[in-house]
Amino acid sequence: MPEKTFTPSRVLIYLVVSLIAAAYLVPLLVVVLNSLRTAEEIAQTSMIGWPRQWAWGNYAVAWGDFCIAQTCAGIRPYMLNSALVAIPATIISTLLGSVAGYAVSLWRFPGDRWIYGVVTLGIFLPQQMRLLPWTIVLRDLSLTNTLTGLVMIHTIQGLSFTTLFCRNYYIAIPPELMRAARIDGAGFYRIFWRIVLPLSPPILIVTVIWQFTHIWNEFLYGVTFTTGQQQPITAALIALSASVADIPQHGVQSAAVMMAALPTLLVYLFGGRYFVRGLTAGAVK
Amino acid sequence: MSALTVHDLHKRFGAVEVLKGINLEMNSGEFTVLVGPSGCGKSTLLNIIAGLERQSSGSIQIGGRVVDDVPPKDRDIAMVFQSYALYPSMTVRQNITFGMECRNVPRAKRDEAVGRVAKLLQIDALLERKPSQLSGGQRQRVAMGRALVRDPLLFLFDEPLSNLDAQLRVEMRLEIKQLHQRLGSTIVYVTHDQIEAMTLANRIAVMRQGVVQQFADPETVYNRPANLFVARFMGAPPMNTLAARLEASSGGAVAVIGQGEAAIRLPVPAGSEGWVGREVVLGIRPECIAEPTRHFGDAPDAALIIAARVDMIEPTGAETIVVLRFGDDRALGRVSPDLRYRLGETAQFAVDTRKIILFDSASGDRIA
Repeated sequence: MPEKTFTPSRVLIYLVVSLIAAAYLVPLLVVVLNSLRTAEEIAQTSMIGWPRQWAWGNYAVAWGDFCIAQTCAGIRPYMLNSALVAIPATIISTLLGSVAGYAVSLWRFPGDRWIYGVVTLGIFLPQQMRLLPWTIVLRDLSLTNTLTGLVMIHTIQGLSFTTLFCRNYYIAIPPELMRAARIDGAGFYRIFWRIVLPLSPPILIVTVIWQFTHIWNEFLYGVTFTTGQQQPITAALIALSASVADIPQHGVQSAAVMMAALPTLLVYLFGGRYFVRGLTAGAVK
Repeated sequence: MSALTVHDLHKRFGAVEVLKGINLEMNSGEFTVLVGPSGCGKSTLLNIIAGLERQSSGSIQIGGRVVDDVPPKDRDIAMVFQSYALYPSMTVRQNITFGMECRNVPRAKRDEAVGRVAKLLQIDALLERKPSQLSGGQRQRVAMGRALVRDPLLFLFDEPLSNLDAQLRVEMRLEIKQLHQRLGSTIVYVTHDQIEAMTLANRIAVMRQGVVQQFADPETVYNRPANLFVARFMGAPPMNTLAARLEASSGGAVAVIGQGEAAIRLPVPAGSEGWVGREVVLGIRPECIAEPTRHFGDAPDAALIIAARVDMIEPTGAETIVVLRFGDDRALGRVSPDLRYRLGETAQFAVDTRKIILFDSASGDRIA
């Protein structure tokens, strides 16, 4: 039966969907447009408006020249800081979470449920609650104001989620597979390496996307535990917006925001479909 | 030589006792089938033999060696699972050699072993495929290949055929039997399918609620079941079990089923005279009730002709199952498909009196 394209209910659905999409996209549009307008133009007209001339130079200034807290090197060093925190913390927390999830899902040992419960409890603790403990830990390890300190914090905090993700994925692996491997003579790590890990790409992609996005966008720890040149990009953006000039540099700031958001956007664009698929997939068909 | 000895084995999960003192002794080269309804403990027993679970008490010997504290990989066993449990990310070849890989067997030796097993099971062409590219029957073969390549003292099969469709199941059953005859391996095979048990086993252990009801060769289990449970579990359609009364007669004792004129009187096996005057359960297989012209075996006088009312008729093609009225009970008979009975008519049937057995109606144990 041929369907009518424009039934009233269908029009309504599109209307509602368009409105929701607009609500999300308008702020992005404002930032994109402002990143291409000069500071003078924004100051003379308003925050919202079409660029009279395309000010591509904002991006170059934001990347390499703009002064943030007395240093005029743009956001580049801070982007690097964020990468140096987010990449190792993502990889380490994903691998550890994978092993931990494997241990609590496929091996029975005394207290396994209890350990899993405590690990995942971390998801529900508010970030602010952990500030003071981490301050003490960083101080005692002499890691205050270091990227290594941030890597450590994000790795350990991330374990709650990565363990949860992996455990829920591995729980679908049939126990008979484990029994067969044990009879074949494989131990804990050989089973992990040869049998479980090859089944894991869908869930590993999910955890990598999740962790990277989360760590890259993280602000509170970055601004609390690092200062000056050690800050990740999220913290540096605040310092950038606070820098005083003769007129507000909204154009350059918008360009900086766009570039800061780019890595997670790219990760989502390339991995997004795996993300949705991985969250719903089982380990073994 | 005793290949496997299970001594007074108990297994408890919390308050539930799943195995209640299992004693079994299996000889080298023997095909033993553990059979019983689901929940009878047969799979738990197999897992304990494999070392995948630990018994609460009791002891297990494999090849004369106590293995209670030996991990599965060192028990000299191989196991075939119901779901095949093939490693999904490995090729067939890698699946078969994984055990050798874990033992650091040199590559040349692995290849030789794979070649031998692949040839035996005719899976040469599949070696580089992944399990997801195989059919059910092929997966089954690979799972057996993985077990065979180890050449262990003891093979453990955990319902290996129950995931296959009916036709393939019959084929694979035959192959497993041929394989056993060819290799002379010692096999413990768990199934809930009594036909698999009958066709494959040298000896059958019938289990129920964690207790071995009978451990004997298939013929004995079928014809001389230890109790009513075994009698009803083995055989399809199941054995007729009819309430009867033993009365004295000139020849010793006779079992009377029903009252008055319509009562059916059947001779009983020797050794039941002590039960005269008491209520018993009489067991007779459906194939021992047939049309009056039937000869049972080579004994010309085995057949006794009785009259019974036909309550229901079920043609199966190869034979016809008739449901007959025996006293207050119903009994199944298996007659030639050429014969046409009318519902409700009283007709004559031959009964193979040699196969009649009696059970104590209180305990269910066989009397004679």
